[in-house]
Amino acid sequence: MATEGLQENETLASLKNEAESLKGKLEEERAKLHDVERECGRRARRPGRFVMKTRRTLKGHGNKVLCMDWCKDKRRIVSSSQDGKVIVWDSFTTNKEHAVTMPCTWVMACAYAPSGCAIACGEAFLVKKSVAMHTNYLSACSFTNSDMQILTASGDGTCALWDVESGQLLQSFHGHGADVLCLDLAPSETGNTFVSGGCDKKAMVWDMRSGQCIQSFETHDSDINSVRYYPSGDAFASGSDDATCRLYDLRADREVAIYSKESIIFGASSVDFSLSGRLLFAGYNDYTINVWDVLKGSRVSILFGHENRVSTLRVSPDGTAFCSGSWDHTLREGWNRILLEK
Amino acid sequence: MAQDMTEKELLKMELDQLKKEVKNERQMISKTGKEIKEYIESMVGEDPLLKGIPEDKNPFKEKGGCTIS
Repeated sequence: MATEGLQENETLASLKNEAESLKGKLEEERAKLHDVERECGRRARRPGRFVMKTRRTLKGHGNKVLCMDWCKDKRRIVSSSQDGKVIVWDSFTTNKEHAVTMPCTWVMACAYAPSGCAIACGEAFLVKKSVAMHTNYLSACSFTNSDMQILTASGDGTCALWDVESGQLLQSFHGHGADVLCLDLAPSETGNTFVSGGCDKKAMVWDMRSGQCIQSFETHDSDINSVRYYPSGDAFASGSDDATCRLYDLRADREVAIYSKESIIFGASSVDFSLSGRLLFAGYNDYTINVWDVLKGSRVSILFGHENRVSTLRVSPDGTAFCSGSWDHTLREGWNRILLEK
Repeated sequence: MAQDMTEKELLKMELDQLKKEVKNERQMISKTGKEIKEYIESMVGEDPLLKGIPEDKNPFKEKGGCTIS
């Protein structure tokens, strides 16, 4: 009926208005805490110019590399690819230790278990156990602090926490308005939270026990492809299709830095911090990796080498190296070789 | 699931979340920003990607060639 249709529209419009005004109020509340311009970078010493080169290239995948993770032993790496394979590499020798073929092709997610004895990928474990069930694609996964629980993010808009042994769903996290593309667990000292990023341009911080969203941030202009906690757990960085990376301060509850340049117009697919949190490494769809000075907001270095999009990037657990995976079918490791003048 | 929700349901979910967040406790940036900077400065000396690694300790260094004499 015509009148019912009108009421339906009014309710939608009034909901939208309410949302806008609440967002405005939230901004006001956050702005009250903004008592200094971001000065913390000004007096920081500039890091010396340095050079990074690809030291190892891991070849073996037959198609785009979509995801990678380091083992806690700081040596082994797991990677997954559109060729349906998951490979475990020894990063020192570049030898392949294991290769598993998955029943599907786009293996978008893979993660090393804390014990180093198992890996999770796509929808199954290395021991061929099916754990997580989402109604749409799995975009990211991470073990929690033990091999016993796994956190997943999905194209169905939710994240979920699973018990590995029983395959049981322990908690689900609803709140994103579109596909969730990435997640990262808070460093264990900071408690049971994790952050997720999605196609709704939102980054959301969750309490793992209650399933509640604690904080959310909507400052990006496009999909958030990658989120990573800052080493102390008090902040996190994000990389987005809007070609920027951003830093969010969790205690001040706001975005505090944007890492961007006019010349960078392609999306950032993957971000990670160096050990101290001073540097932010970001892989982009224009095949490069940009290294940002987290405090000053400026770019410290730009790394070339990949011949297609950089899809995944992780700094090793002890911070001595980082590894990037690309649509060019390879993984490359780099580290600091020469420290030039300070 | 987000994909199954109507626009109205999505908006309601967003509203509920926003109402909660407006009440969150927040700290001053002058304090939190300073703490982030202090954390970085305390760890920078240990950051291998910033200060470099001496070649002899580098597990990734290229293996030298051998010469047979």
